[in-house]
Amino acid sequence: MFRRRPEARPATQDRLVEVFVAGRPLRVPEGASAAAAVLLSGAPAIRTTPVGGAPRLPYCMIGICFDCLAEIDGVANRQSCLVPVAPGMRIEPQIGARVARADDTAPEAA
Amino acid sequence: MNAIGHATRDAIVIGGGLVGAAIAYGLQRQGLSTVMLDEGDVAHRASRGNFGLVWVQSKGLGAPHYQHWTHASARAWPELAADLLEATGIGVGLHQPGGLHFCFSDDEMAQRDALMGQLRREAGNAGYEYRMITAAELHDMVPGLGPQVVGASWTPYDGHASPLHLLRALHAAFQGAGGLYRPNALVTAIKALPGDFAVDLGADTVRAPRLVLASGLGNADLAPLVGLSAPLRPERGQILVTERARQVLALPTHVVRQTEEGSLLLGDSKEDLGFDTLTQTPAIMRAIARRAVQTFPWIAELNIVRAWAALRVMSPDGKPIYDASERFPGAYIANCHSGVTLAGAHASLLAPMIAAGALAPDLSPFSARRFHVQKTA
Amino acid sequence: MIYDLAIVGAGPAGMAAGIEAAALGLSVTVLDEQPAPGGQVFRAVEAASGDAALAGEFRDAGGALAAAFRAVRGIAYRPQTTLWHLDPEAGLLSVVSGGATAEIQARRILLATGAQERPVPIAGWTLPGVMSAGAAQILLKTAGAVPDGSVVIAGQGPLCWLLAVQLLRAGVERLTLLETGSGGAFRDALRAGGLWTGRKLLAKGLALMRETRARGLRVVRNVRDLRAEGDGRIRTVRWRQGSRDHALACDTLLLHEGVIPSTHITRALGLDHDWDARQLCWRPRLDRWGATSHANVAVAGDGGGIGGWEAAAAGGRLAAIDAAHRLGRFDAAVRETRAADASKARHAALALRPFLDRLYRPGPGVLAPTDDTIVCRCEEITAGQIRDAARLGAAGPNQVKAYLRAGMGPCQGRMCGTVVAGLIAETRGTSMESVGALRPRAPFKPMTVGELANQRPDAIPELTA
Repeated sequence: MFRRRPEARPATQDRLVEVFVAGRPLRVPEGASAAAAVLLSGAPAIRTTPVGGAPRLPYCMIGICFDCLAEIDGVANRQSCLVPVAPGMRIEPQIGARVARADDTAPEAA
Repeated sequence: MNAIGHATRDAIVIGGGLVGAAIAYGLQRQGLSTVMLDEGDVAHRASRGNFGLVWVQSKGLGAPHYQHWTHASARAWPELAADLLEATGIGVGLHQPGGLHFCFSDDEMAQRDALMGQLRREAGNAGYEYRMITAAELHDMVPGLGPQVVGASWTPYDGHASPLHLLRALHAAFQGAGGLYRPNALVTAIKALPGDFAVDLGADTVRAPRLVLASGLGNADLAPLVGLSAPLRPERGQILVTERARQVLALPTHVVRQTEEGSLLLGDSKEDLGFDTLTQTPAIMRAIARRAVQTFPWIAELNIVRAWAALRVMSPDGKPIYDASERFPGAYIANCHSGVTLAGAHASLLAPMIAAGALAPDLSPFSARRFHVQKTA
Repeated sequence: MIYDLAIVGAGPAGMAAGIEAAALGLSVTVLDEQPAPGGQVFRAVEAASGDAALAGEFRDAGGALAAAFRAVRGIAYRPQTTLWHLDPEAGLLSVVSGGATAEIQARRILLATGAQERPVPIAGWTLPGVMSAGAAQILLKTAGAVPDGSVVIAGQGPLCWLLAVQLLRAGVERLTLLETGSGGAFRDALRAGGLWTGRKLLAKGLALMRETRARGLRVVRNVRDLRAEGDGRIRTVRWRQGSRDHALACDTLLLHEGVIPSTHITRALGLDHDWDARQLCWRPRLDRWGATSHANVAVAGDGGGIGGWEAAAAGGRLAAIDAAHRLGRFDAAVRETRAADASKARHAALALRPFLDRLYRPGPGVLAPTDDTIVCRCEEITAGQIRDAARLGAAGPNQVKAYLRAGMGPCQGRMCGTVVAGLIAETRGTSMESVGALRPRAPFKPMTVGELANQRPDAIPELTA
């Protein structure tokens, strides 16, 4: 698990953003990614794999490994290392294969 | 490897895609010692770009022999899938719950009904069951249909399977039964005598009294070497594949199907949608995406993780070519763009004919001679 | 409008190319996946400028380059924009951003897409708590965050030492470096030459190593057969040294075996590539201006071969100068004159590279993991399964992909492609060249069906820097 160092951003110390990781509130530096928020939260996994159900946490943090897939603000399978945090953002682990919301109120078709 | 390669076998199959592998597996199962020659890793692989439908509806209008052949293949499929599972432990994901072809206007519904009715008339005693289903009834069969879907045609014969698992299972079963698979085996020359074929691979030569050409588009060049012809042209088709999702689509359709792994395949079927697949790629991909979203609006939020472009193997009339050489008895040719649908027929019907030494008379309309006749007529 | 030059990537190469091209009067657009310029090496350099743990080259040189890039008027800079298809013939770049897709047109295209860390497939590398060393550095740069508890860096390469220093400065107390590689590499490296020309870089490296010693880093050398173990997350890292087995309790394991060019797009375009047998990676075939085998496409920076940020920036300038020449702005003689500075800078920056490439030559094990090791992280395919597929007759990674789904997941083979090929080469007793590489296809990155369906030319944000 990772911890924040308040001394890292002396000029912007107060510019923290509150997000929710698996429902729990957490304050992270502005400019951090949603994946970083999950690592800072100490959550045991950001997703479980659709094949074997194995837990994963982010591996590369540069957008190539796709192990940081998470549900962000209700959108499944987002590459959380490429999504900067925003106030009130809700980050939920991606459990197995996503649900295709066919019976739901699907988003407006393009 | 070389020692085996030089040995004379009972049959040589050129082509390790779905058509070649199904025939090679069928021949080996008939007891013919068979070698299957395949290209390298980056050959034009129609097999790797297959949509995976085992599809009967709308095939063979005005060509009852094609409708019968397709239908027979769909019937042969369950046994093929079971045999492959037993032989290799590889499940090929066959499901034949019937399939849907969507219509987006009342006019389309009427035209589709007329087409299906014509197919039923042409089926004769073989029978051809179908139903036109209205949107209201469709909602119980597939979830989240878009408002523009007016209805669909349905036949009980349609289904789908994994082309990739099928290819691997055929390769494994063929080798498990004693067949020799040789990748990276580029054919440099064929020396043909009646009942005696020598295929030159550069480094060595393989010989057999039977030769089956099943190399897709490559057959166009190879066929004349054994007194046959294969007028073929490539037609590019594209498929978009989404990430895995939990099972949601119980039935395959002509534009979208969900694989066993959970991916949704979005395709353009030339004959069904009439896309011009030769124009620029992003435009085609966009058109496929739009058609999918129009059919199932909920697909919009799924991620596309990959896309395929593959070259379909098209004859001038779009139907398969099966032929036996008169000049060089023992040489056969097989070409089609439905390697999954027709796998059952190729393994269980065509291969035994080749093993027995003659194609059945009801395959004669598939001869490439039909194109010569048209020319002189 | 049709740009003279479209640059993909806003790292050192992309930024320097953009600055140079604009100065030469070309109309330029720069697309970048990230929200701010810097690339991976100078990631979030603007936001992290106050962090003492990152003092030095990152803050000074990186900050200056990003500031210079921002200061250029007339570069159409498009952050958070992902290239998903490229038609080099038509100069058409298909991009996705903000929920929609659009096309951008350019006469010439410069790919400055950089490097990725070499995937290090060891048993247990998919366990939570195991990540790449670069990932930990990104967390430090973007969030000021460091790992807690027992932290182990395992592998080799300059980044291991740089990261060790940065983590120690940032207050990580229990840090161990397990250095892979063999003692023989050093003597081989000395023969490569370039130590005098590259003395500045060498001095920086030696200073880093001195600082780790002063800060009490525990270093274990000649490590091999690494394994990560744990139930649900890493608890223990195991390795062999000489003839003995060792184990260490571990909360975070950071793997690194060097960086390799990111060839996803150059491969998708079907450009010529060469296998680098020393660094065990593919690189696009380039001339000294960065020109590829396609007349309209150039590559600059680590995407064309690993050289570090200074070489990348110089390469970006050279590619921009060449673009101006090819677009008819000046003749070949003027191109040479204008390129003198950048050529010299690149030469100096690359001087130490042969030494480093030999010193940190990855062991053959990175392409030959044990049978129980997961190679394709997306589809969870093991090395053993891939060896079986190769024995069944799969002659290349595209056929293995068809057989096993290795490389079919969302990462599109970025993590497993080269390892799969290495396993095939090993099993079938052939070379990497004859096994070949995965052929990626558009979309280069996953995008939603809705984004693809939704074409909105006005949807792509454009910040004119």
